[in-house]
Amino acid sequence: MSKHTLSVLVENKPGVLARIAGLFSRRGFNIDSLAVGPTEHAEVSRMTIVVNVEDSPLEQVTKQLNKLVEVIKIVELDNSASVSRELLLVKVKADAATRGQVLEVVQLFKAKVVDVAADAVTIQLVGNTDKLEDFLAIVEPFGVRELVQSGMVAIGRGSRSITDRTLRPIPVPTPAAG
Amino acid sequence: MTDAAQVTGAQSLIKSLEAAGADTVFGIPGGAILPAYDPLYDSVRIRHILVRHEQGAGHAAAGYASATGRVGVCMATSGPGATNLVTPIADAYMDSVPMVAVTGQVASSSIGTDAFQEADIRGITMPITKHNFLVTDPDEIPRTVAEAFYIASTGRPGPVLVDVSKDAMQRLTTFRWPTELQLPGYRPVTRPHAKQVREAARLITEARRPVLYVGGGVIRAGASQELRVLAEMTGIPVVTTLMARGAFPDSHPQHLGMPGMHGTVAAVAGLQRSDLIVSLGARFDDRVTGNLDSFAPNARIVHADIDPAEIGKNRHADVPIVGDAREVIADLIVALQAETEAGHHGDYDAWTSWLTGVTAKYPLGYDQPTDGSLAPQYVIERLGKIAGPDAVYVAGVGQHQMWAAHFVGYEKPGTWINSGGLGTMGFSVPAAMGAKVGRPDATVWSIDGDGCFQMTNQELATCALEGIPIKVAVINNESLGMVRQWQTLFYNERYSNTDLQSLRRTRGRIPDFVKLAEAYGCVGLACDSPDEVDATINKAMEIDDVPVVVDFRVHRDAMVWPMVAAGTSNDDIKYARDMAPEFEKDDL
Repeated sequence: MSKHTLSVLVENKPGVLARIAGLFSRRGFNIDSLAVGPTEHAEVSRMTIVVNVEDSPLEQVTKQLNKLVEVIKIVELDNSASVSRELLLVKVKADAATRGQVLEVVQLFKAKVVDVAADAVTIQLVGNTDKLEDFLAIVEPFGVRELVQSGMVAIGRGSRSITDRTLRPIPVPTPAAG
Repeated sequence: MTDAAQVTGAQSLIKSLEAAGADTVFGIPGGAILPAYDPLYDSVRIRHILVRHEQGAGHAAAGYASATGRVGVCMATSGPGATNLVTPIADAYMDSVPMVAVTGQVASSSIGTDAFQEADIRGITMPITKHNFLVTDPDEIPRTVAEAFYIASTGRPGPVLVDVSKDAMQRLTTFRWPTELQLPGYRPVTRPHAKQVREAARLITEARRPVLYVGGGVIRAGASQELRVLAEMTGIPVVTTLMARGAFPDSHPQHLGMPGMHGTVAAVAGLQRSDLIVSLGARFDDRVTGNLDSFAPNARIVHADIDPAEIGKNRHADVPIVGDAREVIADLIVALQAETEAGHHGDYDAWTSWLTGVTAKYPLGYDQPTDGSLAPQYVIERLGKIAGPDAVYVAGVGQHQMWAAHFVGYEKPGTWINSGGLGTMGFSVPAAMGAKVGRPDATVWSIDGDGCFQMTNQELATCALEGIPIKVAVINNESLGMVRQWQTLFYNERYSNTDLQSLRRTRGRIPDFVKLAEAYGCVGLACDSPDEVDATINKAMEIDDVPVVVDFRVHRDAMVWPMVAAGTSNDDIKYARDMAPEFEKDDL
């Protein structure tokens, strides 16, 4: 098994997420993470889906996704040719005795403290999966009280855009006589 | 009509169906769809056929579509009306039938409140439709209907559901039929890639044991003529799947018959021993391949399909070709002509003569019961002979379906309609009704089992009242025959709940199909013995003003052969109980 990152351009319509989630579940594909958001085109949303599958099921995943009428385009993003980021918010136990050490870790990872309480700090960290995992391993011993993480978003390097495309309409066919 | 004219959403819906080319709608009204039925009452271009159950509407639309190649339309109200369409929609999805289902939905302000007769039919049908829509804005109705028909009928055909909220039908709007569709994510590929076609042609000329594996896509694409040219110019043997019966004439010497679990020995052995399978609009279904790992172990695969997701799904394709079957075959013919001109010919003589031997040694057949009772296969064989190759045959699901696939004898596409993928018992009567509406001049025979028939025979009332004179041959073995066959073979003849007990003598036959037919305004006939079969069929053929139901009371222990037991290899095919064909090792 290996991880694959799919960028999926979809029409920004109600129910699209349900269609995609339903397709993954009924075809027995597992989603590691999924993030949805707007793009530079109002009528188009972009999903970043991370799946953990072999190459041949991956081909089925993309083909089945492509069959969905509201899916416009699917691009697999290669790790080396793309930038990927996740957002982590974590509440770490930190009292007067340990706060200094926790803040040192925050600094080391270029993370950010977004809230402070008497016995805890809430830290925001943006990075790729590896960075987030490393960070969590180090703050774990202090005590993690609560953790929330976004799905991964990813974008290809360079100047090209995967949304470069035509939204050309289809002429309405005249129905067959009878 | 002027663009500026104000109409209700319901009027716009009916105008849209008319503009999309619908001439027939099968349906039942109810609360949420009621607004649409008012303008439908006035439509002169659309004939509405009032069915007795929404499932009947759905299968009728599918039968209509399969018989005509046009989009079948069914209509139902919200909640239970819509959920009753779920089975026929799933059926149409599995068999790639172009169909549009229009359902009423509760008012948009009530959606999500568990309102009376509310069901999230769009959510429910997401996995079983090619696409579906929920419309709550009346201005969206024409564009949505246009898109629904376009999606249903292009690419790999399939069912599309349009759910319209009641308030969208009641509000005022202007009707404007769109001139273009906004479907940026829908671009079916119909033109095959030339390089792939040339590669396929090369493999065909190099092969020694090729087979044309023909599926339902050839029927949907209307590619029978092209297929015949391809087969005859190359001499390659042909198998036609359950969905493709009629795509190639059964009488043709190159035709090995139907492959798969109940396929002919020649078709199964042909695929199994081939070195090249040219798959045209077929999908390597488990009922064809048996155990996938041992299926056609030495064959290379050319897989042509309009749906890219079918290619390589079950079996790796050496040469994948995405395209419409008709265009693929036409291009293959040209590419093969080029190969011939370059001096490359396939040599399949040893192969075809071996297969001819297999066909001769293991023909389709059946035993006549020794007690003088009626063999179901004989009934179906005679039906095919008497009604002929121009009649349309519509089967239910089970033993009678397999016998109908084998023993009728199909010569033309569109003359065989059945529920292949989903295997929906109860398909036959309503689908035959739809086929007869679509092709009123054709003789339409429903070949049904007594189990299936009892699931949907209420549509006989529709047929009788609407002047749809179908003919129904009930192959009555007083049991759920195919399940009983499996119990015979795999469950030590323990017949758990497969005996329909129709012959409990204290009360006569339950039900009495002759009386049932008469109660529905049809002619009811019965036949018990082989001597009466021809006369009974002829009598049914002479009646053309009302539907006819013939109760063929057949021997209940007849079994479908050949058979490959579920999950086993196609090498283990049996042509009769415990009888495996013997192929000599050095034959090939």
